[in-house]
This record gives sequence, structure tokens and C-alpha cells, in this order.
Amino acid sequence: MNTTLNPDTVIHVTNLCKQFGEIRAVADISFQVKKGSTTALLGGNGAGKTTTIAMLLGLLLPSSGKISVLGQDILSHRYRVLERINFTSPYVDLPGRLSVRENLNVYARLYAVPNRAQRIHQLAEELEIIEFLPRPHRSLSAGQKTRVELAKALLNQPEVLFLDEPTASLDPDSADRIRHYLKTYQQRTGATLFMASHNMVEVERMCSDVIIMRHGQIIDQDTPAHLLSKYGTSNLEQVFLEVARHGS
Amino acid sequence: MQTHHTLKPLQRISAMLIRYTYLLRNSWPRILELAYWPTMQMILWGFINQFLVTESSWVAQAAGLFISAVLLWDVLFRGQLGVSVVFFEEMYSRNLGHLFVSPLRPHELIITLLLISFIRTVIGVGAAALLAIPLYHYSIFAIGLPLLAFFANLLVLGWAIGLFVISIVLRYGLGVENLAWAVIFAVAPVSGIFYPIEVLPHWLQPVAWSLPSSYVFEGMRQVMIENSFNLHLFLMAVGLNILYISLGILTFLAVFRVARIKGLILNAGE
Repeated sequence: MNTTLNPDTVIHVTNLCKQFGEIRAVADISFQVKKGSTTALLGGNGAGKTTTIAMLLGLLLPSSGKISVLGQDILSHRYRVLERINFTSPYVDLPGRLSVRENLNVYARLYAVPNRAQRIHQLAEELEIIEFLPRPHRSLSAGQKTRVELAKALLNQPEVLFLDEPTASLDPDSADRIRHYLKTYQQRTGATLFMASHNMVEVERMCSDVIIMRHGQIIDQDTPAHLLSKYGTSNLEQVFLEVARHGS
Repeated sequence: MQTHHTLKPLQRISAMLIRYTYLLRNSWPRILELAYWPTMQMILWGFINQFLVTESSWVAQAAGLFISAVLLWDVLFRGQLGVSVVFFEEMYSRNLGHLFVSPLRPHELIITLLLISFIRTVIGVGAAALLAIPLYHYSIFAIGLPLLAFFANLLVLGWAIGLFVISIVLRYGLGVENLAWAVIFAVAPVSGIFYPIEVLPHWLQPVAWSLPSSYVFEGMRQVMIENSFNLHLFLMAVGLNILYISLGILTFLAVFRVARIKGLILNAGE
């Protein structure tokens, strides 16, 4: 893997494939993500979004292809990167019997976060989960859990934050607050956000780049404005429906 | 942006130990359960021991023969469960994805599981051993230093079996978690816990002698009946344990790789 990439590129994917038996979940995709950008991976169910994110995180080994995150080959030097990234996903959870504070404390220790108690308190205030800190994680609603898991994902102030359906379980008000918080976090730290989402309004509001996937392939990749222009539609939902039903 | 530190393995291992300590602290039934089964076993076999001392010259040769045997058997049993049940907690809570996106290495998780297994075993079997003193006027600690050798060998075999079990469960899912209970009971009849290996049919004896536990229980009887520590039996147990724990660790690491190929980590627990 070339480690002297353009310093503005934080994710560099080349000819990535993932085969599960007869099923080709991801089929020869290549893309780059710029530092400080917010990139959305769009696609219907089974398009390959979660599989792609799992490979970027190193949780899933690709059948072929190359992945570089923060200039490091994720396949051979994964542990040089993991302390600098983080993620949330509806496919994973935090231990339900531990309190929110205990969960955050364990992950703060795993990421060797300095001034743990202070950092946890700060995030709890910013994400409005202070009152949940002493409560068992399992006692929270889905929306509350989403905010706690976002706090876990931000503990180490990640340079690249992977978000799989980040606001899926939130009511519109909470979702809006989270989107605002993520944008503020990004502006403050220069972090890169890479998200999979079905929420087109969210993608239009937050993302500078959109990658559209269908049947494991990248159908299109552009800015939201260019996609709207290219497909002659007024919103991304129509673009999504066009691509989901008819391809590019 | 945060300055990046070289994260120390000990910090991550201690983080995981704290995680499992929280789990125990937050659930008193779990702490009670750690000591309950070893204590019940000890009480049952204590009465059997008391009865047989008057009926059997073999048992009468050493006071507390069966109590020692059942307590040491529980070291193996609890050692295995200490690895497997704790790992299952991560699968039940669908936490593996978070853990393996963090800087935690698989071998650090293994070390944590072994350490927490040691702590759980000491709590569980230790409580039962202490209770045997007022109940039966028998202290397993009277065995002395050889007790440490027996304890260590049985714990390591428990770890090795636990690592095989969690490897299978990681590969095939929680549907096969009953293996955690079943596998260990396949080891019991051929370990000579309550009887010498020579009692077994000839064809089964090689199987028994392939297990470190057989050497430990034979060694325990020699210490208790003949008052001599058999170094050969001890070294055989150590040698076999080195083999099995190495295979257990390698198997887990290999299955962890398979899990990354098949996408099992994100789906674990579902």
C-alpha cells in the first residue's frame, strides 16, 4: 500500500471486493475520501454499505483489494489506526448490565483517553446524557442508547468517525441536535465523517460527498448538488429511488 | 485533535478486567453463583466421603480424599466456565464489534479472560474449600505446596478447554453454547477424579493418560495416601498443559481470523 498518498486523502479504497460464498457483497469498488469531509454511503438494503464499513474498520477481511485509512494499510497495520478512529452501528451494542458511566469508563481506558472522568462528563453534557450516566445501559430507550454510543465513539476524539445509520432511532428533534453536534465536532477538530444512511435529508444537510451503491457496486459518486443536477431531481430521495429502481 | 499515545497492553487488559469486575459487582446473583455450585458439590461429596470412610479401607487411608477431589475438579470446571461464560457475555451483549474496533488485540482479550477465570475460580472454589473446614474438619490447604501444582495444572487445562469452546461458539454462534457445559463432562469420567486410572477399561486408559487432569488426580492421591509428591506425574501434566493451552490459543486466533473473513464479529449474538 502506498503510504505517501495525498495528505488530504484519509480513506483510499482500491478495487475492493467481498465475496460470501456465491454472494458478491461488494464488487470491485474504488473511492477516496478527503480529510475533513463528510461522505455518505447511500444504497438500499443489501447494497453493501455495512459490509464496506466493516472492511474499512478491519472487522471484515476483504476477498481482494486494498484499503488505506489515515495513510496506513488497514489489512497489515490495523492497530496503528484503530486508536485514531471510532464508530457507531446499530449492529452492535454496549453491555446492558453496565451503567452508562461504567461503559464509557471501560472504553475510555481501552482508548487510553487522558482525563477520563472529565472527558466523559464533557461528552455527557454535550450529548445530554448526564442523567443516564448511573443507569444500566439496557434500561435506556433506543434513542438514548444511540446518544450513549455516539459518546463512546467520540471518547478518543477520532480523526475518522464511521457512522452506520447514526440517527436511525432518534426522534426528529434529537436527530437534528445530533447532526448539529457532529457538524460542530467536525468544524472544531477537522475530523472526517463517513456514514451509511437511509435518511436523505440528513445526507443533503451534512454531506459534502455521496457514494451511491447498488448490488455491491458504486453506481455514482459526487456532491449532493451535482447529483441533483445530474439526475434532474429536486432532492436526494428521488435520486435514491431512481438508482435503487433503475440503476445509474 | 488528541495527541496519540502508544497505548500500553496492560492498560487495555486492566480496562477489560474492570469491565468484568463491574459485571460481577452489579449482579449479586453472579457472585453467589460463583460459590454456590462448588459449595453444594463439596457438601454432597463430603457426606459421601464420611460414609465411605467407615465402609471402604481405600477411602479410609486418607481423610477428605473425595472432598479434595471434588474441590480440585471444580478448579478445572470453574476455570473452563470462567473463560467461556465471560466471553459469552460479550456475545449476548453484541459488544464484540465495539471491542474489536477499539485498540484491544485478540491476545489481550485472551489474557483478560484467563485472568478473570483465575479470579472467579479462586472466589468460587476458595469459598467452598474454606467452608469444608468447619463442616467436615478437613482443610484441603493441609496438602501444602503440591496443592498449588494441582491447582495450576487444572486451571490451565480449564483455560485450554474454555478457549476451544469459545472458538467453536465464535465460529458457529450462540446456538452451540451448551458445549460450554457439555465438553467438560466428557473429560470427567476419564480424569480419574474419584478413582485410579487403572479402574478404566484398558482401551480407555490411553485417553485418560492424554489428559493433564489424570496426572493431577493420580498425583493428589499419592500425596494424600502415600504422602509423596510424584514429580513425574507433575511434569507430564505440565507438558500436556503447555501443548493444550498453546493449541487453545492458536485455535482461538485462527477462528478469530475466520470470523473476520466470514463477517461473524458484527453478527455475533444475533
